[in-house]
Amino acid sequence: MTFQEIKLYQTGTFVVGNRLLDPQQRSVQARTGRSNSLTSGHRACQGCGEALGARYVLDAAMRATDGRLVAVNSTGCLEVFSTPYPESSWQLPWLHSLFGNGPAVASGVAAALRASGRDDIRVIGQAGDGGTVDIGFGTLSGMFERNDDVLFVCYDNEGYMNTGVQRSGATPPGAATNTTKVLGHHPGNAFGQGKSVPLIAMAHEIPYVATATVAELRDLEHKVEKAMTFRGARYLHVFVPCPLGWGAASADTIKLARLAKETGIFPVFEAEGGQVTEVSRIRRQVPVEDYLRPQRRYAHLFGDNPRPDVVARIQAGADRNIARFGLLPEGDA
Amino acid sequence: MRSQVEGSQAVARAVTLCRPQVVAAYPISPQTHIVESLSDRVRTGELADCEYLLVESEFGAMSACIGASAAGVRSYTATSSQGLLFMAEALFNASGLGLPVVMTVANRAIGAPINIWNDHSDTMAMRDCGWVQLFAESNQRAVDLHLQAFRLAESLSVPVMVCMDGFVLTHAVEEVDLPTQDEVDAFLPRFLPQQQLDPEEPVTIGAMVGPEAFTEVKYLMHAKQLAALDEIPVIAAEFRSRFGRDSGGLVRPYRLEDAETVVVALGSVLGTIEDVVDEMRELGVAIGALGITCFRPWPAAEVRDALHRAARVVVVERAFAVGAGGIVGQNVRDATRGLPLVVHDVVAGLGGRAVTRASLHRLLEDVVADRLDPARLHFLDLDIALVERELTRARGGRRPGPHAESMLREIGTVASGAYD
Ligand SMILES: Cc1ncc(C[n+]2csc(CCOP(=O)(O)OP(=O)(O)O)c2C)c(N)n1
Ligand code: SF4
Ligand SMILES: [Mg+2]
Repeated sequence: MTFQEIKLYQTGTFVVGNRLLDPQQRSVQARTGRSNSLTSGHRACQGCGEALGARYVLDAAMRATDGRLVAVNSTGCLEVFSTPYPESSWQLPWLHSLFGNGPAVASGVAAALRASGRDDIRVIGQAGDGGTVDIGFGTLSGMFERNDDVLFVCYDNEGYMNTGVQRSGATPPGAATNTTKVLGHHPGNAFGQGKSVPLIAMAHEIPYVATATVAELRDLEHKVEKAMTFRGARYLHVFVPCPLGWGAASADTIKLARLAKETGIFPVFEAEGGQVTEVSRIRRQVPVEDYLRPQRRYAHLFGDNPRPDVVARIQAGADRNIARFGLLPEGDA
Repeated sequence: MRSQVEGSQAVARAVTLCRPQVVAAYPISPQTHIVESLSDRVRTGELADCEYLLVESEFGAMSACIGASAAGVRSYTATSSQGLLFMAEALFNASGLGLPVVMTVANRAIGAPINIWNDHSDTMAMRDCGWVQLFAESNQRAVDLHLQAFRLAESLSVPVMVCMDGFVLTHAVEEVDLPTQDEVDAFLPRFLPQQQLDPEEPVTIGAMVGPEAFTEVKYLMHAKQLAALDEIPVIAAEFRSRFGRDSGGLVRPYRLEDAETVVVALGSVLGTIEDVVDEMRELGVAIGALGITCFRPWPAAEVRDALHRAARVVVVERAFAVGAGGIVGQNVRDATRGLPLVVHDVVAGLGGRAVTRASLHRLLEDVVADRLDPARLHFLDLDIALVERELTRARGGRRPGPHAESMLREIGTVASGAYD
């Protein structure tokens, strides 16, 4: 079999042509032998970033562990759309207990495997942003602090989507949700200090922390595979647009994820033992407005009574991220 | 082997002999000595091949047990009071998933007002969470019930809590006969999980179920609890044949032969009640007692059978349903429906108040003489004068402030921190 020679940049972010690659270089998803852990037929909305992210994460983790993997899932969209009675999309051992206890359940599974001499089987915990940064935060911090052998993955769609789009601790300032509607003098979510669970995870000095988006799926797979080379507590925070909750076109999921990174709104980086080791630099910096405009949750910032002041504050937040993580291309910083 | 040992140490030893592979622990009085002791036993290797998880909360403890049990290992935790309530959501989850976790509850009151002493408010609040609830009268029974609890839990794949009175039992040093490892191994086989997270045979545990089948899933939970009513006596009989002791079972009748008056109770207060029964028998009163060892599932047939000859039943309750009445009493009334007897609900020993022989004598003399109104909830040793003074005071001002503080001041126990 012959292969068309390709340029290096074609295998990066913008790659679509996996089939052009040598099989060894193909993404896990492009391989015929992928495990299909979250198989088709589930009830996620069209263009659901969470479904896409979970599929990539789990198949990559399955490949990295040679199929010896157990998944624990907190309550949320991913859990609900994947297990409509009497069906299940999960083709790996999968346990759902509650909304706020995913990390502790995963710790229990890991402890059981260790006690029975089966720590060749690895454990992945997964939850939405609500299950991670809010209600599950105590159990998550406990799991980090004990350094339990669990990779915990947060699919961050910036709100409580399963209950019909309410504000969570990960909802960005300015965004409208059903509990931060465009009513009164301060439409949308209030400006606070924000909550970066990746940084909080780093403060626990766990072996590995990474962020990723569903725009860069090779990068996501790579981070999952890398996470699986460590033992102990690991945390992966994946930015997953939610067309329904954000009022965005289903076809724009990847675009919005890419813009979140390219604006500096969502910094993509890796850290080991509490130190940043790698950042994904911004290719061409984009103003936040380009990211905000296609989303109905920000529509009130633009329409008849535009709020350039709010947009400017969001831009300032992105600029802070860019400075803090050194996100601009080398030389520009 | 017989030894003089603190209740918590005895239970920790019994749990060790049951070889749990995951223990998740969080401190709360009066349970803490149990998990401290288990920590020692894991560290010294007395409890081998066991992962001891120091979790961040009771919610985390029960959740870790859920994960461990689903991964196919025997798992255990212990708690009390506020800790049990902090687990509430996970308790229903463990039973709903049918995971055979075993837990010791060192019974303690629930705040506010915060109170560390013994009553049954905690386990009674969780009586309908789908767990089997076994109550120990003594430390020997607490030890024996733990062995039987693991056996029962695993044979039916249902979670079991062993309830023992905080301080009264957990901190009491008494003689206990502790079995040997070989005896326990022969009684309690290796854990063979009925469902397990296993990459070789991937299953989905905890899927969503809608109206199509939710009733049926819940019906099966109920059926499993009813099956426990058959299984518990079988296990108790085998226990007796191996260890030579009566322990466990559903109910324990005491001098019921011709008893016209029967006192029903759970836990360590039964010791005092039996003494009072003996003393009253000497005076010619036809009185007996019925200990409820298994409160959930509720052994209605056995209770009815034990009480069917009685004329008066006095349920001594260590908790009550505020605004409604007795809890055990409601169940007793249900079990004896149609029988010609009266049931008195008597709330006693809340928040560590001693249930004395003298008070029980006075109560039972009133009952036997038909001086107690069965239509009213009775509070043993209630300081009516104190209550009335506080009500009068509260009526006097627009902002009377917190009751508890002013009542303590009334009785001279100035808030000194002694109750923190
Ligand atoms: C203790 C508890 N509180 C609230 C809920 C209701 N609830 C279920 S899923 C959910 C939102 C989940 O949000 P997130 O974790 O961000 O996941 P998403 O659905 O957005 O993927 C909420 C509030 C619950 N199931 N349990
Ligand atoms: S609401 Fe959002 S997260 Fe949930 S399934 Fe739809 S797109 Fe996915
Ligand atoms: Mg969410």
